[in-house]
Amino acid sequence: MKAKHQRLTLALLGVAAVVAAALLAMSALKDQASFFYAPADVQRQGLPLGRAVRLGGMVQAGSIRRAPDGVTVHFVVGDGIATTPVTFAGITPDLFRERSGVVAEGQFNRDGSFTATNLLAKHDEKYMPPELAGKMHETKTLEP
Amino acid sequence: MIAEAGLAALWFAAALAALQLAMAALGLWRGQAEPVAAVRPIAIVQGGLAAVAMAALIALFLASDMSVRLVVENSHAAKPWLYKFAGAWGNHEGSMLLWVTILGLAGGAVAILERRLPERTLIATLGAQAGIALGFYAFLLFASNPFARVSPAPANGLGLNPLLQDPGLAFHPPTLYIGYVGISVAFSFAVGALVTRDVGPAFARAMRPWVLGAWIFLTLGITAGSYWAYYELGWGGWWFWDPVENASLMPWLAATALLHSVTVLATRDGLRAWTVMLAVVAFSMSMIGTFLVRSGILTSVHAFAVDPERGAFILALLAIYIGGALALFAARIGTVRAGTTFSLVSREGGLVVNNLLLSVILGIVLIGTLYPLVAAGFGVQLSVGPPFFNKAAGPIALALVVAMAVGPLLRWRRDDAGALLDRLIWPIAAAGFTGAALVVLAPPGVLPLFGLSLAAGLAVASVLPLVGRNLRRTPLFTWGMVVAHLGIAVSLAGMACDSAYTSETLVAAAVGQPVRVGPYVVKLDGIKPVVGQNWSALEARLSASRDGETMVLRPQSRYFSDPVTTTSESAIATEWDGQLYTVLGQADGQGRWQLRLWWKPFVTLIWFGGVLIALGGALSLVGRWRRERRIAAREAYA
Repeated sequence: MKAKHQRLTLALLGVAAVVAAALLAMSALKDQASFFYAPADVQRQGLPLGRAVRLGGMVQAGSIRRAPDGVTVHFVVGDGIATTPVTFAGITPDLFRERSGVVAEGQFNRDGSFTATNLLAKHDEKYMPPELAGKMHETKTLEP
Repeated sequence: MIAEAGLAALWFAAALAALQLAMAALGLWRGQAEPVAAVRPIAIVQGGLAAVAMAALIALFLASDMSVRLVVENSHAAKPWLYKFAGAWGNHEGSMLLWVTILGLAGGAVAILERRLPERTLIATLGAQAGIALGFYAFLLFASNPFARVSPAPANGLGLNPLLQDPGLAFHPPTLYIGYVGISVAFSFAVGALVTRDVGPAFARAMRPWVLGAWIFLTLGITAGSYWAYYELGWGGWWFWDPVENASLMPWLAATALLHSVTVLATRDGLRAWTVMLAVVAFSMSMIGTFLVRSGILTSVHAFAVDPERGAFILALLAIYIGGALALFAARIGTVRAGTTFSLVSREGGLVVNNLLLSVILGIVLIGTLYPLVAAGFGVQLSVGPPFFNKAAGPIALALVVAMAVGPLLRWRRDDAGALLDRLIWPIAAAGFTGAALVVLAPPGVLPLFGLSLAAGLAVASVLPLVGRNLRRTPLFTWGMVVAHLGIAVSLAGMACDSAYTSETLVAAAVGQPVRVGPYVVKLDGIKPVVGQNWSALEARLSASRDGETMVLRPQSRYFSDPVTTTSESAIATEWDGQLYTVLGQADGQGRWQLRLWWKPFVTLIWFGGVLIALGGALSLVGRWRRERRIAAREAYA
């Protein structure tokens, strides 16, 4: 093989590999990217069933209930417009409390409730998740 | 006084970097001798001054000088001294100062150590180093001054994020930064070689130790960061595909590809343009990494401050450096003559496959990491997590493992496919046997099954290059390759075992109630309060028994007052065949305590493999260095 041809073959291989990677990544992204919802979004757009999503909002006052097994917790997340009941089994983050921001990772159920596999609580003002800050802000401007 | 001295040192260092760049440019354009002679000493002094500035900052933290804003915001007089020391870089400004200090010291080291490269190329390299440093000095001085004072000085500081109050802080950031910066040196060599049109084996040999060194530190930094996250977060995971983790993985992938292609260039004078391109890509990845972590666009324990102005500044630096490098590449690559050619079934061919697969993985990680940021720009909020990365990158990583097993068994230039298959009999047998045994004895999932089988095959294949050789006369860099590839096999086995055989239990346990996890029965003996230097905690006493032997674990829930935070400190017992990982949760109000327990068989292999990989790199580095010295001595003699 001549040097020029080899260079060309290698370059083509490289391009093919990168294109393949991009296609693979894009197709996987379509299924796997988990979108961020606030309870009001669900009201507007319908339930995103069967896929991993994030649900963000404020833990509603008086809504935290612990189940008798000691590890499951039920609470309600709201954004000022709508609310969503959430179930989570596990150790809740240290800053998980009522009237405080939370992002739950998991799936919606058919009845509109949410089963979380992971909870991210607001650390302090410095560590407010930007998605949440954006959503809360958006919600505020929607209020009359 | 110390703060002003540090700031002055920083200004002087910045001025010297500008001078270094100007002298290098002048010397190269006009071909004058005086500016060229000045570049080396300037580079050395510039590195020294940056180190003085860093030392000043550390001194301020150790002395808890509360008139300095950075100390006030990130430190506290009651903090243990190690965290005052390491806390100097546990914040935005300090970590950028550490970055530029390491950059300056690396430039000084190049100026002192590099003797074989043509003088003009070296001057161009040091000029490029100065150009990079200048941007970061400007960033520090104009947007992130670490020495700013506050008046009046408060009585005490706000403290350091407790998650960072760990010995890991003293080790993880500096190692990663040395890795990032080492890659920038490799990049500077590439720029130097492009400027003087001198891309060839000599350039590859000069660049190789820096690539290897950077790669060793990146490997160690990633390994340390992974273990730190594993025990500190209390989530039982060792890799979360968090953007900041990806920010360290992407330069590592690029450096791994570069490390292999630079060998082709140094040994066989092939892959010239590709190697230079990879150097540019690797540097771009470490810049993107710095940008992702330091600009505050990500939410994480790494994102110290959310300041859009700083993000824009780093983004501008990023655009200037990457754009400039690509422009130089495009302008000059036409003048780089093609290197020697090779047959596709050959060591070179194997290394090309390695490079392609690594590039593909890099592409996937890059897309997955940047996609949410791009989407956010369009007003869509989403996150890309482990399901995406595992699904997209996992299969390709396994293909890479196959290539890794085959590659070292290939001869340079040209090889015979039939003979290769003969050499591969033992690895294939090992993989097949492991796979069959696992399916019969303890069937794991598909990906872990492939992972464990391939790990066995790779482990056998990686030691084959030693078979039939006189082990004492085998060059150290061959040992290095064997150890590093073996490390990958070990690490892969650990990952597959962890994902296939981990058992997890989550309960609210009463005192004395037995709980099963894996081969253990764990009992909560009681809870008591304990006090540390700057925290208080609730500590559980757990006794875990297995086969009649009992040991005690003490996970804690810690409370820090400066700043007010609670963290859970996991307790981990390491056995030869895995780790028992315990986390204490909250009380449930009825006398029970939440416990989260994991039995993770052979999980330690992940980090043990990481250390082996780095050790392989170190052996290679020493081996190459000794050979270079021998060649230099022979040349001097002749």
